[in-house]
Amino acid sequence: MSDEGKKPQGAPEAEPKAAPPGDKPEVQAAAEKPAAAAAEKKAPAKPAPKKPAAKKPVVVETPYTLHVAPSPHVANTSLTTRGLMVDVVLGLALVVLAAVWFFRWHAVLVLAVSTVSCLIFEAIFVRMRGRQATLDDFSAVITGIILGLSLPWSTPWWICVVAAMIAIGLGKVIFGSLGQNIFNPAMVGRAFVMVSFSAYLGAGAYVDPHGAAQSILSQATPLTAARTAGTMPELWFLFLGNTNGSLGETSALASILGGLYLVVRRTASWEIPTAMVVVLAALAGAMQLFVGPNPALLAMKMTVLEHLLSGAFLFGAFFIATDPVTSPLSRQGKFYFGAGVSFFVWLLRTFSNYPEGLMFAILLMNSLVPLINRWTVPEPVGGLVPKRG
Amino acid sequence: MSSTDGPTAGERFLNGILPENPVYRSLLGMCPVLAVTAGMKPAMTMAGAVLFVLVMANIIISLIRNLLQAHLRILVFTLTIAAFVTIIDRFLAAFMYSMSKELGPYIPLIIVNCIIISRCEVCSSKQRVFTAIADAVGVSLGFALALASIATVRELLGSGTWFGLPILSALGWKGWAVMILPPGAFLALGVLLGGVNWYGQRKKTPSTEVAKG
Repeated sequence: MSDEGKKPQGAPEAEPKAAPPGDKPEVQAAAEKPAAAAAEKKAPAKPAPKKPAAKKPVVVETPYTLHVAPSPHVANTSLTTRGLMVDVVLGLALVVLAAVWFFRWHAVLVLAVSTVSCLIFEAIFVRMRGRQATLDDFSAVITGIILGLSLPWSTPWWICVVAAMIAIGLGKVIFGSLGQNIFNPAMVGRAFVMVSFSAYLGAGAYVDPHGAAQSILSQATPLTAARTAGTMPELWFLFLGNTNGSLGETSALASILGGLYLVVRRTASWEIPTAMVVVLAALAGAMQLFVGPNPALLAMKMTVLEHLLSGAFLFGAFFIATDPVTSPLSRQGKFYFGAGVSFFVWLLRTFSNYPEGLMFAILLMNSLVPLINRWTVPEPVGGLVPKRG
Repeated sequence: MSSTDGPTAGERFLNGILPENPVYRSLLGMCPVLAVTAGMKPAMTMAGAVLFVLVMANIIISLIRNLLQAHLRILVFTLTIAAFVTIIDRFLAAFMYSMSKELGPYIPLIIVNCIIISRCEVCSSKQRVFTAIADAVGVSLGFALALASIATVRELLGSGTWFGLPILSALGWKGWAVMILPPGAFLALGVLLGGVNWYGQRKKTPSTEVAKG
């Protein structure tokens, strides 16, 4: 019989010298949590019989074995911020590869500048708040990559830097850093530079006037073409990604594959992309069936698949809208959130002056997240607490 | 005369500038602060208009403070303010027409500006004319200071100029257009307000520690 087997009965008497005075509750807790007790037994000077002892107290003289362990959310330490973020980086890797494949060194430059400046500004701003900079949790890297992927290939480097500064500073750190921000940081940075530098980032920024005629860089983006000429590239091109557009948005295939990886790994919720796809398809389909094309609004001609595959919709559905910090907590709320994003995407694509509305749709719905959380508090197990009197 | 119990004229004057700054401390009059600070020129015109209205309203209210009926005082304040706002509004329309058009409804809206009503309520309806004038000038200076700080940030970042003079734009600055749009007003106000609060807390910390020790 080991020393720990006796502990539940005679704990106070067994080791009054070895254990510090404050140790008493922990010794008693050993009866309930052998795993925790094994860790705490470092203080007594008997390290040798620790391992076999840890199992002993739970063995009861019955046909059943009673396993006692801390709750999974305490015991399972594999779920860390860093782990989640590395997962997202892996999911984004495909999209980055597609961007580099289609836009070559333009993509490399924009992505590198925005990622590095996000890291630098994270370090600076967090230091300014007097906290320890947490660069190794990869959250600033993801903000930088998503920001870079959402910009046009021709973005000047200094715009990337300004966008990164706004994204990290005004989008994240000023609210209290990771986990406290209301709006998706990358979208805050992008919105700021999109509004500020429309001369550099408007529809003209995508088209290279000197490019070869066959090059994708010499074409208008699909959504711009849809609203100005009423035409769209073939669906196959939209799916594979040899169209013009922001770096990460052209290839629907890469977004879907990377996004499915995240969904399967449960890093991203499946509710938000599902709701977004269903609602956008329903809206676009309903408009096509019941309203039909309108000569004044050429964007109304877009079919369901053109809506789904073009622009940043799938990229945003899997990588931007699913940001766990800025999306609702409950499953029901996530459906509402996705539905709202899609509604605004459709509304802005069809009626606004911008060809794509995903960024504003996500920012708008981000601001509603606290409200959605309040509306969709899940019923606790065992029912709601009845109101008194 | 109940004029001896309040703060003196000098205290009123100094308090209005920083310790009780209407924008950064009391958060009053946010509507013009957000609306007219896209550039220094409209901001300073607005500050001048507020100075005129506040001084004149404080003088009149202070003179008639013994006639005020408690239940009618807000009405009297508002009517007095409205009279002077009408004067400055017509004055701007006559002599600074383009500025008057740029400021649009925000000059008439001085009538319902909380800063002026609050000064009437706090100071001029209770204290002597001289104190009321000092209070009006101090608070107006505080308001002008706040408007100038926000407008400086917005105009420099937004268009690279200051009072229309090229400062940053002469160095090749590409204006951040969002700063002269409404979101820029909220961003600049929020960041500056945070900065003022942070500075205030930092200054306060040593003294409280001494007091504790």
